[in-house]
Amino acid sequence: MFASCADPSSLEGLHWLACYLTSGKHMAFYASFGTVMALLAITAPIALAFGFAGAVATRSRLWPVQWLGRGYTAMVRGVPDIIFFLFVPIAMDQALEWVRHKTKCPDWTEPVRRGSDFVVCAEAKLPLSTSPPWVHDTYAFTLAVIAFAVVFGAFAANVLHGAMRAVPRAQIETAEAYGMTQSQAFWRILVPQMWVYALPGLSNLWMILIKATPLLFLLGVQDIVYWARELGGVKTSIYAYPHPDWRIYYFLGLLVFYLGLTRISEMVLGRLTARLSHGQATLAGEAQRKAAA
Amino acid sequence: MSCLQTIQDYALRSVGIGERLLPRSGFTLCEQITLIGSGMIWNVYFGLLALLGGFFLATAVALARLSPLAPVRKPAEWFIFLFRGSPLFIQFFLAYEAFVLLPKAGITLNLIFVEITAETRWLTRAWAGALIVLFLNTAAYSAEIFYGALRAIPRGDLEAADAYGLSGWAKFRRVVWPTMLRLAWPAYTNEAIFLFHATTLVFFSGFPAWQQKGDALYYAKYFADKTFNPFVAYPIVAAYFVLLTLIVIAVFGLINRRLNRHLPREARPRLRIRPQVIR
Repeated sequence: MFASCADPSSLEGLHWLACYLTSGKHMAFYASFGTVMALLAITAPIALAFGFAGAVATRSRLWPVQWLGRGYTAMVRGVPDIIFFLFVPIAMDQALEWVRHKTKCPDWTEPVRRGSDFVVCAEAKLPLSTSPPWVHDTYAFTLAVIAFAVVFGAFAANVLHGAMRAVPRAQIETAEAYGMTQSQAFWRILVPQMWVYALPGLSNLWMILIKATPLLFLLGVQDIVYWARELGGVKTSIYAYPHPDWRIYYFLGLLVFYLGLTRISEMVLGRLTARLSHGQATLAGEAQRKAAA
Repeated sequence: MSCLQTIQDYALRSVGIGERLLPRSGFTLCEQITLIGSGMIWNVYFGLLALLGGFFLATAVALARLSPLAPVRKPAEWFIFLFRGSPLFIQFFLAYEAFVLLPKAGITLNLIFVEITAETRWLTRAWAGALIVLFLNTAAYSAEIFYGALRAIPRGDLEAADAYGLSGWAKFRRVVWPTMLRLAWPAYTNEAIFLFHATTLVFFSGFPAWQQKGDALYYAKYFADKTFNPFVAYPIVAAYFVLLTLIVIAVFGLINRRLNRHLPREARPRLRIRPQVIR
């Protein structure tokens, strides 16, 4: 990166370390922290949308929709989430390729599953084998985001369903007394009020989401865990910067990163809770009023 | 090969008894169910021992956290923050790398009379190393639950204990501890369920599966990778875990009933299973 780093073998001490930490691979390592943040930023709203849909489905009067919602929220209770992380991306991938195979190559007669193989015609491959590497990366990342959104959507559906039930019944009755329709009462009265009740659960969920991000590594995305293992491993003298096994230091760095992230989140969410409880007819709001008086 | 033969060969494969080679082709449903079920032995082993050990450490840490003395309270707070604030996945990696760095020959402890050489090699094996991490992790999560319960003990109960002349150990043993368990039990049940779920991470995080002795998810992934078909192996392991979760809920429900047996029937808290923790 710097001109003085051109010949690493001649460097010593701190200068060596400075050059080592700014090498090209380390830049990719630092960029992968951005991948983690991007995953958090993209997954959180999508999971919230999934959760909202799940919660609404659970409240539905139509029993097939209701059972669909209930099944969705129940599935995360009994089954470890990591199974979903392994299952969803590959299942999605095969489902998409199968659909494309059926539409793009209708005259292909052989079965898709042959023994231990899953074979689709070349035009149906996702992504196409001719596409550039960044398409493959983006595709893998997108599948990972969907897997996270499905699992965390189910968690969020649980939280939001509870929050909707926590809104006092009298509020809805008042809305009905004013002649609002069901959907009006839902969108204008219930949804704006449910967030205070949902916040403790949602902030808990955010912490869990942060702590689930290293699982990206299992989905084949080049995330911080991947780079920590890659860079920390023993480098013999054929490498520009030889060093012994340093993985423990890299993982210590990751540990500190995650501890910092959860600590900051805790503080922000604490402030947000205080802000939202302000003037509310809840225990926390009452405590604030007393403290001020 | 009949299914009975498969069960004989592979039912205890995960602990190294039976056929050495895993099936390589023409996977039958019976093979998948047997081998994945065999892997569940490890999930139960990790979950059960970590829970058992973690329970006692958690009680101690929760009490320390409640202490007015800063030198006692601070380490407990740090311990809880360290293990609850970071992903279990990273903790596994870090522990494994740390155990690998320990000298291979063992550490020589020079006591005054004798020299003891402590073997350290087994720490890099999953059965010991991962168990230690899971034990500390669940201790931290449970300690937070117990701490909350300790703070929620009704003052009247403590005053009644004082009025009966109970103090120190007797008061703790007969009033504080049972009440703490009673209040913490629903949350602790959730913790137990998710600890069992967390055991699936062991063989995906640094700790190698020695001689292909792995847990249920390890074998499920083996089959899914070999057959390129996720729609058989993963539902099987999911079904096993639903079963395990139901057993945990049943056992903890019985304990919950015993803890609350002195209360009037309406006042007994029901166990509510809420999704909570991915570490």
